[in-house]
Amino acid sequence: MASLSRESILNIFLTLAMVALPFVATAIDEPFYITLATRVAILGLAGVGLNLALGTGGLVSFGHAAFFGVGGYAAGILASHALNYTPIMESPFLIEGTNQMLIIWLVAIIASGIVAYLIGLLSLRTSGVYFIMITLAFAQMLYYFAISWPAYGGEDGLSIYVRNAFLGVNTLAPHGFYFICLGLLFGGIFLSATLKNSRFGAALQSARQNEERLSAVGVRPFNIKLTAFVISGMMTGLAGALFADLNRFVSPSMLSWHMSGEIMILVILGGVGRLYGPLAGAIIYILFEFIFGGMTEHWQFFLGLVLLGVVLFARGGVIGLIAGRARHD
Amino acid sequence: MTAALFFEQLLNGMQFGVTLFLMAAGLTLVFGVMGLINLAHGSLYMIGAFACAAVAAATGSFWLGLVASIVAAAFAGAIIEVSVIRRLYDRDHLDQVLATFALILIISEGCRFVFGSFPLFLDVPAILAGPVILPGGLPYPIYRLSIIVVGGLVALGLYLLIAKTRLGIRIRAGEADREMIAALGVDIRTLYTIVFALGAGLAGFAGAMVGALQSVQVGMGEPVLILAFVVIVIGGIGSIKGALIASILVGVVDTLGRVSLPSMFGLFMDPSAASSIGSSISSMLIYVLMAVVLIFKPEGLVSQNG
Amino acid sequence: MTNPILEIKNLKKSFGALKATDDVSITLNVGEIHALIGPNGAGKSTLIKQICGGLSSDSGSVIFNGKDLAGLDVAERAQLGLGRTFQISSVIMEFSALRNVMLAVQAFNGSSFRFFKNVRNDKVLVARAMEILSRVDLEKRAEISAAELSHGERRQLEIALALALEPKAFLLDEPMAGMGPEGSKRLISFLDELRKEAPILLIEHDMDAVFSLADRISVLVYGRVVASGTVDEIRANPAVREAYLGETA
Repeated sequence: MASLSRESILNIFLTLAMVALPFVATAIDEPFYITLATRVAILGLAGVGLNLALGTGGLVSFGHAAFFGVGGYAAGILASHALNYTPIMESPFLIEGTNQMLIIWLVAIIASGIVAYLIGLLSLRTSGVYFIMITLAFAQMLYYFAISWPAYGGEDGLSIYVRNAFLGVNTLAPHGFYFICLGLLFGGIFLSATLKNSRFGAALQSARQNEERLSAVGVRPFNIKLTAFVISGMMTGLAGALFADLNRFVSPSMLSWHMSGEIMILVILGGVGRLYGPLAGAIIYILFEFIFGGMTEHWQFFLGLVLLGVVLFARGGVIGLIAGRARHD
Repeated sequence: MTAALFFEQLLNGMQFGVTLFLMAAGLTLVFGVMGLINLAHGSLYMIGAFACAAVAAATGSFWLGLVASIVAAAFAGAIIEVSVIRRLYDRDHLDQVLATFALILIISEGCRFVFGSFPLFLDVPAILAGPVILPGGLPYPIYRLSIIVVGGLVALGLYLLIAKTRLGIRIRAGEADREMIAALGVDIRTLYTIVFALGAGLAGFAGAMVGALQSVQVGMGEPVLILAFVVIVIGGIGSIKGALIASILVGVVDTLGRVSLPSMFGLFMDPSAASSIGSSISSMLIYVLMAVVLIFKPEGLVSQNG
Repeated sequence: MTNPILEIKNLKKSFGALKATDDVSITLNVGEIHALIGPNGAGKSTLIKQICGGLSSDSGSVIFNGKDLAGLDVAERAQLGLGRTFQISSVIMEFSALRNVMLAVQAFNGSSFRFFKNVRNDKVLVARAMEILSRVDLEKRAEISAAELSHGERRQLEIALALALEPKAFLLDEPMAGMGPEGSKRLISFLDELRKEAPILLIEHDMDAVFSLADRISVLVYGRVVASGTVDEIRANPAVREAYLGETA
């Protein structure tokens, strides 16, 4: 058995820390930390989704808020109909709301997958700066649509009065919901590791590094990238559904480009393409927000400075700083 | 919709389009010459608006404010270029996006720190207040009409600058081949700073002019920035001509869509539903326009090589 | 009657006023090496791109294995059995030599849309890729990342990637470029054998290689085929000597 790399040790440490956190928080009587950690897990999952497109596939999407928001609205809309006992539609067939997370997640994943497919179909015809601007623009389109569509709260957003239910777990208790989110985060991390090592992952990494070569061996880069984009959007969409449940509130701000920027920032802070990069980035981001946000309302000024520093001087992100350059195989 | 209303909205659309052009021109120029995507362009727009509002409030002169907007934005642009942007030319687009996104956070919070969270108001100068009667008897605000005229003049000026002047020749050479122009002995660093500051100045100017129509507040540049991206994608990246055509197109389509769609839907559904569906759809109209252009002309209407 | 696997008919491509390929017609027969030579800027690279689908033609057609390739993209043409190498090595830099070839093998025999099985445990894929690497003498360098391979090794890898597709015709764009004398010699004998598997359209500047390998030679100058024939015919052709070798006849 080969000795573990520093990155693997760091990953194991992060895993254990996340599992232990709620027990520590309870022991020192700071239940709010569990809520913070839940945010970390959810934003981490959103980042894991983006990391698949961005890190593995090299697709610089500045529109992942679209999927995050669509997932969020899927949760909000289903839950609000369930609460009001009004069907979502009656003809041609009856669709009712639900407060079951499993169904909500499924709907969120499918809905964000469809949106990702449509956006990807158009934006992947281009590359480089075009791709960045187009993903940004389409996300913004959904943002304006959510603002101007009055049925589900428009600009004011939509409240979920009671957190949705998951099998026998008490989702209202911070522990219960935290472990649901954490489980999905690790599921997402496991899935992206599996994908990366698969045939599909090999093709996707090739699409990032050398599209010309990939097509010369007979694989269409477009199809590979579109598939990755859809899977990526689905993961971020699932995170959006969880985020809605965490806040018990959905609003157009989940679709805004600041959200896209936030998801991207935490992927970068952690380290692009690193398995645990999004989690590490989310931890840093939330801690930063918590600590500096408590000291000054202008904390984003300092976030900007840190981000600028990371981009200009520490390109591997935090995991890169700790674990050294990525090992390639 | 009556012909008069249609014409009025057409002018509004053009006025909107012209301000978009002032934004898009700088963005597309910077991309064409330096290969840089600059998200912080909207911050320069905002800086222009704040500079104009602050100077106008202090001196009582809108005109001084307008000059200040250009100077402040161009100056800020030059500082940003020298301190940050310059390090990004050789980086990939992801780094450019992140670094300029960081600049947005810094500039926006900095602005909020200095000016506070409340919007500032900028009055239209007295000489441009009130309406003018257009041929056909239609009253139209002089100020909006002047924006259209000024925007047109700037477009013409840019064309002359790039087509006829030494600076323009260097800019075009820089687009074609960076190494070549360096070999010709042109100081490429200074050229880049000038181009960036020029784009920044235009953005600041646009911000100041729009500031008198809307309120001046933090974050005002961001929606315009994203629309400017849509403009560039439609027009073809790097092309000033494409940017002009696409800005007017986007401005007019957006403005007319917002006015006419609700009433069009009203023809076959009840008014309240029509107004909500119409306004939702019209908010997406220009993005649909962008999608259509992408399907048929992925390189944009005016391809840079065309 | 010879039997062309690849038939290029009246291919044209202009960039503005520049005619990069001007009415080019070439055939590649089973079992042969057909060398394409010409000075820099003669349009050889443009022609390769037109054949492989990277560049659309203004007019003319490419018939491969009895099928008109019009409208097919690079990937589809590769799937039909056009195996190409690039003039400048184009490999997946972050991958090891082995994983580079595994990518080509996976593309050739099966689907890239398999999401769960770890490729390292894919015995068929690994075994086949190792077999191909040993054919180009790279089996000892299998685990080295492409970025760390020497220039010559990358050229060998380039050929391995084409081999993995088991193509019906090879399009080799200057395979000798930058190879040392020893490497060139080995490559020449390798290509000599390779023609039995599939015919080769060989673009090459190394005249020793061309004259020792080619069954036929075509000379491209300013986008036109100025001469075409056997090695001896080309050697004797005054137009070639003038245009290409710079001699005055």
